[in-house]
Amino acid sequence: MSDVEKANGSASELPREMLDSVVIRFAGDSGDGMQLTGMQFTTATALMGNDLATFPDFPAEIRAPAGTTYGVSGFQIHFADHDILTPGDEPDVLVAMNPAALKVNLNELKRGGLLVVNTGAFTKGNLKKAGYDTNPLEDGSTDPYRLLDLDITKLALNAVAELGLGAKDAGRTKNMWTLGLMFWLFGRDRQSTIDWLQKKFAKKPDIAQANVLALNAGHIYGESAEMPSTIGVYQVPSAELEPGEYRNIDGNQALAWGLATGGSLASLPIFYGSYPITPASSLLHNLAKLKHLGVTTFQAEDEIAAVCAAIGASFGGAVGVTGTSGPGVALKGEAIGLAIATELPLIVCDVQRGGPSTGLPTKTEQSDLFQAVWGRNGDAPLVVLAAATPGDCFHVAIQAVRIATQFMTPVVLLSDGYIANGAEPWKLPDIDALEPFPVEFHTDPEGFFPFQRDPKTLARVWPKPGTPGLEHRIGGLEKNQHSGHISYDPANHHAMVKLRAQKVANVAEVLPEASLELGETGGDVLVVGWGSTYGSIRQAVQHSLSKGAKVAHLHLRSIWPLPRGLENLLKSFDKVLIAELNDGQLLKLLRAELLTDAIGHQKIAGQPFRVSELVELIESHLPSGTDTRPSAVA
Amino acid sequence: MTENAPLTRKDFSSDQEVRWCPGCGDYAILAAVQRMLPQVGATLDKTVFISGIGCSSRFPYYMNTYGFHTIHGRAPAFATGLKVVRPDLDVWVISGDGDSLSIGGNHMLHVLRRNVNLQYLLFNNQIYGLTKGQYSPTSDVGQISPSSPYGSIDQPVTPVRIALGAGARFIARGYDVSKKLTDVLVAAHQFQGASFIEILQNCPVFNDGVFDLITDRKKGPQHQLWLEHGQPMQFGPKGEMGIWLNPKTLEAEVVTLGENGISESDLLVHDETNRNIAWLIADLPDVKALGVLYREDGPVYDQSVREQVKMAEERAGGADLKALLREGHTWTVS
Repeated sequence: MSDVEKANGSASELPREMLDSVVIRFAGDSGDGMQLTGMQFTTATALMGNDLATFPDFPAEIRAPAGTTYGVSGFQIHFADHDILTPGDEPDVLVAMNPAALKVNLNELKRGGLLVVNTGAFTKGNLKKAGYDTNPLEDGSTDPYRLLDLDITKLALNAVAELGLGAKDAGRTKNMWTLGLMFWLFGRDRQSTIDWLQKKFAKKPDIAQANVLALNAGHIYGESAEMPSTIGVYQVPSAELEPGEYRNIDGNQALAWGLATGGSLASLPIFYGSYPITPASSLLHNLAKLKHLGVTTFQAEDEIAAVCAAIGASFGGAVGVTGTSGPGVALKGEAIGLAIATELPLIVCDVQRGGPSTGLPTKTEQSDLFQAVWGRNGDAPLVVLAAATPGDCFHVAIQAVRIATQFMTPVVLLSDGYIANGAEPWKLPDIDALEPFPVEFHTDPEGFFPFQRDPKTLARVWPKPGTPGLEHRIGGLEKNQHSGHISYDPANHHAMVKLRAQKVANVAEVLPEASLELGETGGDVLVVGWGSTYGSIRQAVQHSLSKGAKVAHLHLRSIWPLPRGLENLLKSFDKVLIAELNDGQLLKLLRAELLTDAIGHQKIAGQPFRVSELVELIESHLPSGTDTRPSAVA
Repeated sequence: MTENAPLTRKDFSSDQEVRWCPGCGDYAILAAVQRMLPQVGATLDKTVFISGIGCSSRFPYYMNTYGFHTIHGRAPAFATGLKVVRPDLDVWVISGDGDSLSIGGNHMLHVLRRNVNLQYLLFNNQIYGLTKGQYSPTSDVGQISPSSPYGSIDQPVTPVRIALGAGARFIARGYDVSKKLTDVLVAAHQFQGASFIEILQNCPVFNDGVFDLITDRKKGPQHQLWLEHGQPMQFGPKGEMGIWLNPKTLEAEVVTLGENGISESDLLVHDETNRNIAWLIADLPDVKALGVLYREDGPVYDQSVREQVKMAEERAGGADLKALLREGHTWTVS
């Protein structure tokens, strides 16, 4: 096989065993640099042409007490020679940099999986902090796995000894040593990491050098040391991706770039007001770098000021955007209501996390659906869209800008911690092929009043201050549907509430009709999902389909308004399963709106769905006689 | 209205019926603002009034300019967003003591310290009018109100001291029926940055006469210290009173000229650029310092935003969206 020959190019190297996909989890103390290690492995893997998906999982504390289980930080990467949609279920390889990392992650490692352990961190103190009475490396706990135990701390210190660094800086290179070893095991190229280290530590050349030395030492160790017979080297051939130019992208980066692109397509500047909050902060960081592309960012004094400033910017003729997570959306509620009442464009990006209250700041959840759709005083309708994957955030952001400016309405864009931080290879879109939607401000004073509307969409005109002859006042008080002046008239209020609802309902006309991602209409089981569960559900349905089940996948990209044709599609199936990472919010919404007699499946663990649990779910609802006996799930 | 005809007060009045209570101090403030705008060469289309919630916040509806009646306490945040994207507009924030100092305290703090180029008018009537008369953050201790039937036990704040503490660079004070209010507004308008003006305002329904000591036509002048930059702090109907700095307590005190050997040369000389002096005279007993307490130029937020954008554009050297997508590592699958 030519791939083997290629991989085996150097005579000194072992032949590489071919694998079609691998899941690796890097785990260590939150100060061990596991996120960086994971991201560097991701870059190198992307450059090898694999398809991949990642899942960083880190504690809410910046530096939890060292050695504790709640301070464990993990980064999982799934890479393959084929199209993959999730970061994988159980890891094939676990790298545990200390006892706590082993304690938290070992039960998830596949039986027979490769376990790389840094014995240097297995001190009595660390074992005790992790809650081990005996050393798990010695009491048989690791017997079901292929163990590679190395004193990585010492090996890294030796590798950089010649530089005479302090113990702290020298000790910090152990993650790069480990990465070097993993690069060797999976045949990745080191150059991208070397380049990155040299750029990152350009002002500290000795630190850069130490990290490169450690990285190379880990790799050389793999090449030269006598390895246990159970440890081999592997090759994961590149995936057959659609031809094109690719990069890795995470959800918040894609969202930021999508907003900038949306602004450009609307021929308007983007104003982004935000207050730091996990996991939305990196959206602010990404946008703050785009000043040269018509984006202004404003780090406000609080969540409320962030949304109010965005609305003020929209009043002035820019696209006002604010971004936050669930607790921030709660604070912004009153102001969002004002944007609804004054019918100004506004985009609210909600990167969801576990709730209620402070909840699980660094863990993912889909529990802001109700808050997005109904979380304001009064009958206050707006548009709610949800992104499916990291790369999808780019396209949903453009759609949000389009809808907000064309319908003069706030749009809530739901993302979550899983896609915000997760990365995937992303085929670069052709910017020139994206359809522009330039905004035309109202300028004609003839017969002008601020709430005159497009008879078809019901969108009101957008007059901006500075336009002679269009001077007007708007506000949160109810307004006469014709003149726009303050009105407390009962019939007028009734009409205005209905009118605002109808305007938002009209957005469905420009949204794609409901359609199946996979499967045929009229089957036994339809699995409905929304948001970041797209990949897991698709993969599970794909599996069941391949086993002959009459199952289908429907993914909702708009939660409000619901897409046209949804009701009939749902009705054509014997059973409708709604799988979501909350306590049944879409389930209740669809029951309320469409009387859908659906079955809910909820996971509220701060973690994404595993493909295997969804396969089991589908199995359990198939009519008896359908044989889809579980086998390995890709 | 022809293109070149000078605008008048009437041009700035909207067609909406003014609905404040008869005798409300807001009428006088509205008139002063409508008189002042033509004086400073304002145009209808470039002028924006942004308010929060409260009696004062109805103000924008009565101005024939652009206006935004927003939500309680948040007007400064809306104004900041607007000013950042539209530095060409002349933005006025209209707020009250409850709006600015209770629910919106945070936003007032930040709009002032950022020095966003706008005028901030705080109508202080020491009461919640729109909600029917509860005590406010500027109400005196002991104020009887529906929510404080035994008297308020909250210590009041001094708005100009809050502004000073926030880092405001233009701080002035006037009162509703004062003829000099227009001059104060003109000075505020001229200043580049956030101009904070506290306007003492009578609420005839819920707090009538609260400022009578200062605003009474006959007795008022004994209690009004109109400040002039570079001039000794002298006041009273015959200029017989003044302010001096007690060297032992470092407090500003009211003195009578000719008593205890005090002469004009002993009085404090007003220096609007001196923050310490502004602090000392901000809260004098029985006397209100009026006019410009403090004025010092500094970096203007909305201008700094523009400058950073320009710098970023220069550094990017024309890099566009396509270049952005290709930042860092990319690879080609063929």
